[in-house]
Amino acid sequence: MPEAIEKISIQLKVNGKSHTVKVEPRILLVELLRENLDLTGTHVGCDTTYCGACTVLLNGAAVKSCTMFAVQADGAEITTVEGMEKEGVLHPIQKAFGDCYGLQCGYCTPGFMLSAVQLLAKNKKPSEKDIRKAIAGNTCRCTGYQNIFKAIQQAAENMKGA
Amino acid sequence: MLSQLGDDAKLLAGGQSLIPLMKLRFANPQHLVDLNFISGTSYIKEDGGTLRFGAMTRHAEIESSAAVAKIPILHDCAAGIADVQVRNRGTIGGSLAEADPSGDWAAVLMTLTTEVRSLGPNGERSIALADFIKDAYTTALAHDELLSEVSVKIPAKGSGGAYLAFKRSAPVYPTASAAVQLTMEGEVCKDAAIVLGCVGLMAIKATDAESVLRGKPINDKTMDSAMEAARSVAEPQSDMRGSADYKRTLVGALVKRAIGYAVRRARGEQVEVSHIYA
Repeated sequence: MPEAIEKISIQLKVNGKSHTVKVEPRILLVELLRENLDLTGTHVGCDTTYCGACTVLLNGAAVKSCTMFAVQADGAEITTVEGMEKEGVLHPIQKAFGDCYGLQCGYCTPGFMLSAVQLLAKNKKPSEKDIRKAIAGNTCRCTGYQNIFKAIQQAAENMKGA
Repeated sequence: MLSQLGDDAKLLAGGQSLIPLMKLRFANPQHLVDLNFISGTSYIKEDGGTLRFGAMTRHAEIESSAAVAKIPILHDCAAGIADVQVRNRGTIGGSLAEADPSGDWAAVLMTLTTEVRSLGPNGERSIALADFIKDAYTTALAHDELLSEVSVKIPAKGSGGAYLAFKRSAPVYPTASAAVQLTMEGEVCKDAAIVLGCVGLMAIKATDAESVLRGKPINDKTMDSAMEAARSVAEPQSDMRGSADYKRTLVGALVKRAIGYAVRRARGEQVEVSHIYA
């Protein structure tokens, strides 16, 4: 029998809501979000730091939540796809992904949208190259990327003055 | 703490190499000491003629630093590592201490005068980068020492460099890469540093290729000779990224292109350099 692993108590804010949870130190942030907090919108694609399906915002910065431990998020603010919609209204990026057919199976979509959130928070008028660079860490096997690209352009346009 | 835990302990910096290695069971530390909560370890300071980076400075911070923009080869490196998400977490100190044969920073920093500061129970010491990296995944650090700072001498005016990698996609390691820093005096190359990445167990300083350029004008003929000299010192392994022959050919071509960019930057031209994606 492996010896029981001591759990560590951490506090973090996820989508504006404070949580105090006890986790084993080996647990990844994506596992905490999906298994403990039931936020299953964050997906595990490759689990090798490649595909970006698990992208969330850590204090506003896009990170791959399969490549950090949950205990490392102690004291942090996390945004997942569930935190994008506000009072029943889709985030402009979510709306643009729908309008522009920026998704097909949808598995990679939460990761792409959160990468887009970081981009548009820092850069209100991204160039074509800025957009391509911002989503280089996200993999989509359905769309061929063109409609994702258009969705982010559309969102940037719609968010002007926001 | 590391002395107490013994050599089964590992330091966790950005985790963008170590955590994937642990998932693959290539690394199996009994203890991880997380450096992320230690304040004051992430900074970029210009100090006389030197740029000093705290070990925990993230690639993304280096990418957006105005001080770094003045040394374009450093910006090329920081802005081209993997993708946004990895750059937001990965650190310069972690990259050097990991000493992955495919890591970007070692190749780039070897073209400049770079020193690594380490900290341990016996105090601090400074190690020249060339002496710091001993082998693949092996550095001069003792198990109870950590890397605290990376300091880079700011190149003189008239010096320019570029870092160019060939990658199959953004998140993966390059297939091959070349870092070139040239000091020009008119049309003549006064000094040259050429380092090859991902084509050996460590970054390879192509000293013969450097000698080919030193004291000569940069033209097609000298560039081709440097390219050939660089090819002959590469020691690539065939793997899923390409055959050894392919990588040898590729790294030469990258050296030639990087020389072209470096010359233009040494003249003071603003040149945007981006990695080449397959």
